[in-house]
Amino acid sequence: MFKLSRRALLASTIAGGLALSAGGAFAQSGDTIKVGILHSLSGTMAISETTLKDVMLMLIEEQNKKGGVLGKKLEAVVVDPASNWPLFAEKARELITQQKVSAVFGCWTSVSRKSVLPVFKELNSILFYPVQYEGEESERNVFYTGAAPNQQAIPAVDYLMSEEGGLVKRWVLAGTDYVYPRTTNKILEAYLLSKGVAKEDILINYTPFGHSDWQTIVSDIVKFGTAGKKTAVVSTINGDANVPFYKELANKGVKATDIPVVAFSVGEEELAGVDTKNLVGHLAAWNYFESVKTPANEAFIKQWQAFKKNPKAVTNDPMEAHVIGFNMWVKAVEKAGTTNVDKVIDTLPGIEAPNLTGGVSKMLPNHHITKPVMIGEIRPDGQFDVVWQAKGLVAGDAWSKYLDGSKDLIGDWVEKKCGNYNTKTGKCG
Amino acid sequence: MLRSVPIFRLLALAAIVLNCGLAIAGPYEDALKRFSADSFGETEIAIKDMAASGAQGALPALEALQAGRLSVAGDTVFYLDGNGQATDAATGSRLAGIPADGKVVRLNNRLRRALENALGGLTLFSKDPARRLQAAEALFKSKDTNALPGLEKAISAEPVPAVKKALVEAEAAIMLARPANTAEALGAIRTLRERGDQEALAQLNVAATSLADPAVRSAAEAAVAAIAQRQKLLSVVQNVWYGLSLGSVLLLAAIGLSITFGVMGIINMAHGEMVMLGAYATFLTQEMFRAYAPGWFDWSLAAAIPVAFLLAAAVGVVIERGIIRFLYGRPLETLLATFGVSLILQQSIRTLFGPTNREVTAPAFMSGNFDLFGLSIAYGRMWIIVFTLAVFAFLLFLLKATPLGLRMRAVTQNRRMAASMGIRTAFVDSATFALGSGIAGVAGVALSQIDNVSPNLGQSYIIDSFMVVVFGGVGNLWGTLVSAFALGIGNKFLEPVAGAVLAKIAILVCLILFIQKRPSGLFALKGRAVEQ
Amino acid sequence: MIIQALLAQLDRTGRIFIAVLLGALVLVPLANFALPESSAFHVPTHIVALTGKYLCYAVLALSLDLVWGYCGILSLGHGAFFALGGYAMGMYLMRQIGPRGVYGNPVLPDFMVFLNYKELPWFWYGFDMFPFAIAMAVLVPGLLAFVFGWLAFRSRVTGVYLSIITQAMTYALLLAFFRNDMGFGGNNGLTDFKDLLGFNIQAQGTRVVLYMLSVLLLLAAFLLGRYVVTSTYGKVLVAIRDAESRTRFIGYRVEHYKLLVFTLSAMLAGLAGALYVPQVGIINPSEFAPTNSIEAVIWVAVGGRGTLTGAALGAVLVNGFKSMFTTGALAPYWLFALGGLFILVTLVLPKGILGALSGIGKGWQWRALESARHEDTGDLTTASPDPAPQGQGNATRAAA
Repeated sequence: MFKLSRRALLASTIAGGLALSAGGAFAQSGDTIKVGILHSLSGTMAISETTLKDVMLMLIEEQNKKGGVLGKKLEAVVVDPASNWPLFAEKARELITQQKVSAVFGCWTSVSRKSVLPVFKELNSILFYPVQYEGEESERNVFYTGAAPNQQAIPAVDYLMSEEGGLVKRWVLAGTDYVYPRTTNKILEAYLLSKGVAKEDILINYTPFGHSDWQTIVSDIVKFGTAGKKTAVVSTINGDANVPFYKELANKGVKATDIPVVAFSVGEEELAGVDTKNLVGHLAAWNYFESVKTPANEAFIKQWQAFKKNPKAVTNDPMEAHVIGFNMWVKAVEKAGTTNVDKVIDTLPGIEAPNLTGGVSKMLPNHHITKPVMIGEIRPDGQFDVVWQAKGLVAGDAWSKYLDGSKDLIGDWVEKKCGNYNTKTGKCG
Repeated sequence: MLRSVPIFRLLALAAIVLNCGLAIAGPYEDALKRFSADSFGETEIAIKDMAASGAQGALPALEALQAGRLSVAGDTVFYLDGNGQATDAATGSRLAGIPADGKVVRLNNRLRRALENALGGLTLFSKDPARRLQAAEALFKSKDTNALPGLEKAISAEPVPAVKKALVEAEAAIMLARPANTAEALGAIRTLRERGDQEALAQLNVAATSLADPAVRSAAEAAVAAIAQRQKLLSVVQNVWYGLSLGSVLLLAAIGLSITFGVMGIINMAHGEMVMLGAYATFLTQEMFRAYAPGWFDWSLAAAIPVAFLLAAAVGVVIERGIIRFLYGRPLETLLATFGVSLILQQSIRTLFGPTNREVTAPAFMSGNFDLFGLSIAYGRMWIIVFTLAVFAFLLFLLKATPLGLRMRAVTQNRRMAASMGIRTAFVDSATFALGSGIAGVAGVALSQIDNVSPNLGQSYIIDSFMVVVFGGVGNLWGTLVSAFALGIGNKFLEPVAGAVLAKIAILVCLILFIQKRPSGLFALKGRAVEQ
Repeated sequence: MIIQALLAQLDRTGRIFIAVLLGALVLVPLANFALPESSAFHVPTHIVALTGKYLCYAVLALSLDLVWGYCGILSLGHGAFFALGGYAMGMYLMRQIGPRGVYGNPVLPDFMVFLNYKELPWFWYGFDMFPFAIAMAVLVPGLLAFVFGWLAFRSRVTGVYLSIITQAMTYALLLAFFRNDMGFGGNNGLTDFKDLLGFNIQAQGTRVVLYMLSVLLLLAAFLLGRYVVTSTYGKVLVAIRDAESRTRFIGYRVEHYKLLVFTLSAMLAGLAGALYVPQVGIINPSEFAPTNSIEAVIWVAVGGRGTLTGAALGAVLVNGFKSMFTTGALAPYWLFALGGLFILVTLVLPKGILGALSGIGKGWQWRALESARHEDTGDLTTASPDPAPQGQGNATRAAA
C-alpha cells in the first residue's frame, strides 16, 4: 500500500503540474490591446469564414498603421474553432479568459453564435456578429452588424411584388432546414398572407445541409411555377448547397425572366464557384454589393486585393459588416477612453460609422445597426447589378413584427436595459 | 437575313414608316435617345418604340441590348459586334473606334421580358428556324394580342413542321387568352391539349377558371384533366430518370472505392479526397485551356480525364508506398492512417487553392436540356450516366480480361500463393491502389459538373460511397452497380412522398435492415476468402 | 476489502492510472479554489471545465475500447450513444430554464414557442425530473444498442459490414435530429442552459463539481471495465475477438456475449454524454456526425487499443493537442499536425502510445510491424490477424 501511495503522490503531482502548465502557457504580453478572431479555418464553414478572418487581420493591420487605439497597438488573436460548435464555446472562453481579448469578432452560423452566447454572458465580453441572421435575439454582449430579417427579406419580397419586380403572385420559399430559413420563411409567410397572397400560392420546402441532388425539387418548382401566375423563388439555401442548386436551375433552363430566384445567402464569394452565364437576372438581397461605385468601396476593394495579393479577390456583405463593426468598436473605445467591457458596451449605441456604399450606419439601442438595403441582379461576370435600393437606411429590428411570439418585444439596452422588453406589459421578458 | 425582313415586318407590326434605315430623325432615333437617361422606365419605352418603329437597325440593336453589348456614350448609342467593332445604332455605320466613355445599358428582369417579347415579334420571319422557334415560344409566353396578324402570316409561310406547330400553339395561347368566339376557343383548347406540357396546363387552368362560356369551360376542364393524367404517368418515368441520374452519381463516387475497399480491403477514408483531387484537376485543366487554347474549350473536360486520373493515381501510389504497404492484413489500421491522409489532403488543397469554391464551367454540349416524349432530360445528367457506365465497363474489362487484372485478383485473394507463382505483389498492390485512386479522380471530373469544387467535396460523398459498396457486397463490381442504381431510384421515389431528409433516413434504415437479412450485401462473395 | 480486492487485480499501469485520477480529483479543485489567481499553480476555472470535457471523451473512448479492443466489434457509431445521452441531459436542462427563456413560456422551450408548438411533445414528458433524465441518458442508448445489436449479432453481421451499418445508424440519427420537425431543436440543438439541480450551471462551484463527477465517472468506468475484462466473461470476449468461429464451436453463445458488452458500452457512452453537455453548454446534431465517431476510434487507437488506460489517455491527449494547436499562428495548419499524428501512430506505434511504452522492455515495435506485413491479406473481418493487442494482462504482468 505504501508503494501505491508514493506513486499516487508522484502521479498526482504530475497531473496537477500538467494542468497548471497548460494554464500558465499563455503569458500576457505587455502593451497591446488584444482582439479575438473566432472564425472557422477548417471544416465545412471554412469556405465562408476564412475571408472574414483575413479581413479582420487587414483592418487591424491598417489601424496599427494609423497608430493603433488609445496609443496602443492592436494584436489579433486568431483561433480555429474548426466548424465544431462545442469548440466554438471552448475557444471563446479561451479568448476571453486566457488571452484577455477586449472584443471578439466572429461566428457565422446561428448555432455557433448560440453556442458562444452563454460564454460571452458569463464572462462579460463583446462579440461582433457579422452575418445576416434570423433575428429574435438581442443580447447585451453581442452586437449584430449583419442584417435582421426586416433589412433583407421583406424588402426583397416587396420588390418582387412591385411592378418593377414583375408583380409576383406565387411564391416558393426554399431553404435549408435550420433556424435562419425557418424564421425568415415564417416571417415571410406571415407577411405575404397579410398582403393578400393565398395560402395555396405559397410553397415551403426544406432541404438538409449540403443537399446536392436538386432534380426533384427544381422540377417541383417548375411545376409550381407554371400554374398561370407569376412565380418567384425566395431562397434561404445555405452555402454549400447553392452551387448544385444553381447548376440544376441552369440545367433545367429555368431563366430569371420566367421564375426569378432571390437569394439571401448568395453573394459574390459564392458565385465565384459558379458559371453565372445561365444565371443572369436571378437576384440577391444584401446590404452591400461589391459593384457599388463609391470612393470608399473602391478604396476598400483595392486594399483587399492588395492584402490578398490576388487581383481577382472579391468582397462581400459580411466583410463589410466586419468593417463597420470594427470601426464602431474603435470609435467606442476611443470615446470611452478605455477597453473596459461595460463602458464600451454602454458607449456603443449611438456610435456611427460610414458604410462602404455611401451612408453612415448607426448602432441602435437594440445592438443592431442601420443599413442600406439593395437588390441586385446577377451579371454574367459574377457580380451584381443593383436594380433597387431602399430610400435611406433601414433600422434593424431585433424582434419581428410579423411573429406572434415577438411582435410586442423590443430590445433596448440604453433605457430599459434589457433585450426583450414587452411594450404591452411594460416588463422585460 | 435583314434584307428579307422589311416587307413582312411592315405587315406584321403595322409599321408606319418604311425607309430602309435611312431616316435622319424618326421614332426609332427618338427611342434611342431614351437610353442615355439610364433609367429602367425610359429603357422600357425605348424597347417598345424601337420594336414598333420598324426601322432596319432595330433588330440588331435590340439583340445587342439583350446580349449586354449595347452602350451609350454621350448622345451616341452603339453596339459591339462579334469582332469587337463598334457600330452606331442610329445610322448602322461603323464607328472609327470604341468610344471611351461608353456605358453598357443596364437591364432588369422586366426589361428582359419586354425584350424577349419585342424580339419575338421581330424574329418571326428570321431565316434561321431556331430563331423562329424561339420567337414562337416567346409569343406563347407573352400572349401579345398585337402579334396575332403577323403570327397568322408566319404560320402560312412556315416550311418547317416543328416550327409551324410551335407557331400554331402560340396562336392558340393568344386566342385562348381573349377568345373571340366559342369555336375559336375550342380550337385553341384542342391545340393546347395536344401540346400537353406544363405550360399548356397552366394556360388551360386559367381558361377553365376565367372564361364565362360553359362549353369552353368544360372543354378546358376536360383538357386539364387529360393533361394532368398524362403528367402523372410522366412523373413516374421522370422519377426513374432522376433515380438513374442520382444512382450514376453514387456509382461514380463509389466505383473507385469498390477497388480500394472492395477488392483490396483497405478502409480508405481518403477516397473522397481522391475525388476532390480529380475535381481540382478539372479546374486546373480548364484554367490552362482558358489561358492557352480558348478555342478548344469544349474539349477541356475530355482533356481533364487523363489529367485527373494520373494526378489521383500518382497521389495514390505515394500513399500506398508510403503508408498502406505497412498495413496489409490490418484493415482497421488503414482506417486510421487514411483518415489522417484525408485531413492532410483537405488542408493542403485549402492552403493551395483557398477554402472557397472554384469555378468549373460546363462545356456547351453539357448544358441545357431536351424534350423526350414530354420528359425533360438535361444533357449534363445524360452525359454523366453515359460516362459512368463507360468507366464501369472499362474497369470491368481491366479486371476481368487483362493480365494485370488477373494478377490484381490473384494478389488480393491469396497474397502468398500469388507471390509463390512469381507475381510481384508489391507492384500489383501499388497498381491496384493507383487504379482505384485514379478512377476516383476521374469521378471527380464528372462530379465537378454538378457539385461544389471545394476542399469539402470529398467529405460529402464518402459515407454514401461506403454504403453503396457494402450494400452491393464488398468485392463485387456488379454489386456496386446494382446497389448504386437501387439506392438512387429508391431515394427518388421516396423523395416526393417523404421529403428529401426523410427519404434519406428511410434509405439508411432499409440498408441497416437489409444487411441483417444478407450480412454480406446483395452479391456476397462465395468461398473461403470472406470468412476467415 | 472490496477496494483491496480490486487493487489486487490491477497491474502497474492501472495503479498509476488510478493514482493520477485520484490526484486530479483532489489537487485540481484545490488548486482552483485555494490558490490565489496570481499563483503559478492556480488552475483557472475554464481549464477545469476543459479537463472535465476531455474526461467525458475519455469515458467515451473507454466504452468504445470495451467493444473494439476486447471484443473486436469496431463501432463507427458510438458517437450516437454519446449524443443520445447528451440529448437526455440537454432536455432536462431545457426544462429547468422554465420561464427564463426569451419568450417567457413556463413550459415550452424557446424553439418550440418559435415553431408554434402548442404543447409539449409526449417524448419531452418527465424530463423535468432529474432522475428520469439520467435514467433516460442510460436507457435510451442502451435500448438502441440492444435492439441494434440483437438484430446485427443474431444475423452474424461482422467486420466491416457491422462498422458500416453502425455508421449508417449514426448518420440516420444525424439527419433525423437536424430536422426541426423532430422536436429536438434542429441544427441549433439545445443550449442556453441555466441551472442543474438548482445550481447555476456557470458558477465556479458547479463547474468544479461537474469536473469531479467526470473524474469519478472515469474512475468508475475504468474499474467496471477492468472488472469486466478480467472476469471469465472478459476472457470469452477476447476469445471472440481473436477467433470468433472457434469460440462459437467450443460452445459459447457468441451473440449473447457481444450483445451484453455492446449494450453496456452504449450505456456508459450515454452517461458520458450526459455529463458532457452541462460542461460544454450545448448539444446539437453535429455530435452524431460520423466523423465524431471515427475520431473516437482514433483516440482509442492512439492511446492503445485493448488497454483501458490507453483509450482514456488517447482521448485526453488528442483533444488536448487539438485545443492547443487551434490557437495562434499555427491555427491554419493544425490539421496537418493531427493528420500526421494519426499516420505516425499507425506506422510507428501500432499498439498505441501505451502499447509502445509497455513494449519497450520487450523489443522494438518495428518487428511487430514487419511481421504484420507478412500476414495474409484479403481479410475483411475486423478481427485483426495480429493476435495481441496487448491487454495489460500479459504484457505488464511479464514486466512486473
